[in-house]
Amino acid sequence: MTSPLQQKLKITGPSVVTANRTWDGVVVYRTAAKGWSVELTDAAIVRNSDEAKALLAEAVADDVGAIGPYIAPVQVDDAGKILPGNLREQIRRDGVTIGLPV
Amino acid sequence: MYAYDEIDRTLVNERVSEFRDQVQRRLSGELTEDEFKMLRLQNGVYLQLHAYMFRVAIPYGTLASNQLRALAHVARKYDRGYGHFTTRQNIQFNWIKLSDLPDALADLAEVGIHAMQTSGNNMRNVTSDQWAGVAPGEIEDPRIWSELIRQHTTLHPEFSFLPRKFKIAITASDHDRAAIKVHDIGLRLIRNEKGETGFEVLVGGGLGRTPFIGKTIKHFVHGRDLLSYIEAILRVYNQYGRRDNIYKARIKILVHELGIEKFSREVEEEWQQIRYSSLQIDDEVIEDIRSRFIYPAYEKLPHMPDELRQAAADPEFEAWRKNSVAAHKNPGYSVVTISLKPIGAPPGDATAEQMDALADLADKYSFGEIRVGHEQNLALPHVAKRDLPALWKALDKLGLATPNVNLITDIIACPGLDYCSLANARSIPIAQELTRRFANHELANLIGRLHINISGCINACGHHHVGHIGILGVEKNGEEVYQITIGGRADENAALGTLIGPGVKFDEVADVVEDIVEAYLALRERPEELFMDTVKRLGVEPFKERVYATR
Repeated sequence: MTSPLQQKLKITGPSVVTANRTWDGVVVYRTAAKGWSVELTDAAIVRNSDEAKALLAEAVADDVGAIGPYIAPVQVDDAGKILPGNLREQIRRDGVTIGLPV
Repeated sequence: MYAYDEIDRTLVNERVSEFRDQVQRRLSGELTEDEFKMLRLQNGVYLQLHAYMFRVAIPYGTLASNQLRALAHVARKYDRGYGHFTTRQNIQFNWIKLSDLPDALADLAEVGIHAMQTSGNNMRNVTSDQWAGVAPGEIEDPRIWSELIRQHTTLHPEFSFLPRKFKIAITASDHDRAAIKVHDIGLRLIRNEKGETGFEVLVGGGLGRTPFIGKTIKHFVHGRDLLSYIEAILRVYNQYGRRDNIYKARIKILVHELGIEKFSREVEEEWQQIRYSSLQIDDEVIEDIRSRFIYPAYEKLPHMPDELRQAAADPEFEAWRKNSVAAHKNPGYSVVTISLKPIGAPPGDATAEQMDALADLADKYSFGEIRVGHEQNLALPHVAKRDLPALWKALDKLGLATPNVNLITDIIACPGLDYCSLANARSIPIAQELTRRFANHELANLIGRLHINISGCINACGHHHVGHIGILGVEKNGEEVYQITIGGRADENAALGTLIGPGVKFDEVADVVEDIVEAYLALRERPEELFMDTVKRLGVEPFKERVYATR
């Protein structure tokens, strides 16, 4: 399988690097401070493939911190607030769209 | 129930210690994710959208009450208080932490439960008829043979790195409740003209991206030759199965590309080399396994006890009994299916409280035994008919007496985009909306037997190809779109559904299903003509016209 770092990255808009935290699987986002945050609003924004590759490389290197990092699209509103770029990412940020049984 | 021996207990306990060490090394950074991934998958641990998912094996869908309590304990202590029963008779926990997994596995090991054969490119949990051992007219209990295969294949090195996962299902009844025709190997227990027990063997069935109905490769394989014949199939698959393309790696593709005649010749050739080897099963082996299945000491009870006669006056009880209670080989007893499909709830989910309470009811009314069916319902297999009214009242209090088994709201659905990292679209909200649309029991009963199956991606975990109405969620231009098929079925007459036309949007799915059902009710010749009979008689065109006339 091709490493994420070797894959062609086509960035069509603002994006973030997201993954799941290794010890508990919780959704996390790569921050500009070279760490992970559970808040999308803390995520570092990349806007071209070079920036994306660099952020992804840094995330992949932190294999103990989080697993399966990838580039995910986001939207940035006029106030600078970062929002998920698609339904999948919205569900990852907000949780399931259904009521849980308990 | 099958009682594990010392070998099984040792294996399960050693597995826990091994995995504890692997998790520790992963968390310390000694193992990378690339190194660890296969190890976790071999212990049923996936990574989903929000968290790790832990899939626990329930071999051939049989659980003891103490095992169900252990599952409830795991749900409560390590997860979010519920579990999800799957189409392969297993259970999944959706929110578990990697750091808690060794403890969860250790707690399960105390009651003989593990997560082997629930993931990875190996032999998966052998599934069977959830009414095994109690269904009238059954050749014999298929779980004896399921257990034989389980023992032979668990951690078998030759089957641990197959081109792709491999699934076997066994039935011993004329009516197939195990969906054997859509498994890599399907086994139908039969007797030959000499009265010997053996199997019709089917191969190459499967759903997913490229669905196929299994083909009969051998009409009769004697029971003593079962392991050698299965091994011959697996050796041919191991040799020729594709490892270069995950989408073409399942045995169904190999059978399709070679053709069943050539594939069966290859298997026959391999089989003749290993048939008279240590793989030939001695009768004592089978008898030993048989002896470890503990069957209830049934009483001689009346077929129609007073309690049942009196309860029949209650229409709510009767509505439940008609759909949930099935004949048992012992006339004083029944098999009770417990619907995990309450109106408006996710299909197949049960809370820890429900699992605990069901374990108590199993102890009280079903000799401590519970079954899991591939339709994502549970069953109590040995309920005395005199106890049915009391059981119904108890189930009703738990929210487990929805009288919809085999009706339109008894929906199979995968976790979909709400949980699954592979999914393209949501499944559960579609199922929930459909159950609300058809919540009226009189309407559901009027419609009769109708299975809706929903998958959130082409991998088809929700078995949409074989739903009477199948719903497949895909993603198109960033939106969820659903393709609708009709005419599929998973029983002894298994068939793949036919696509009725262009996909529809999330909000339109329930309307489309309503249109299909209205068309069926208008087109059927008599109330007894089931949906599938009407589809068979008329084809998909009238349904297609109805659905797309105004869209």
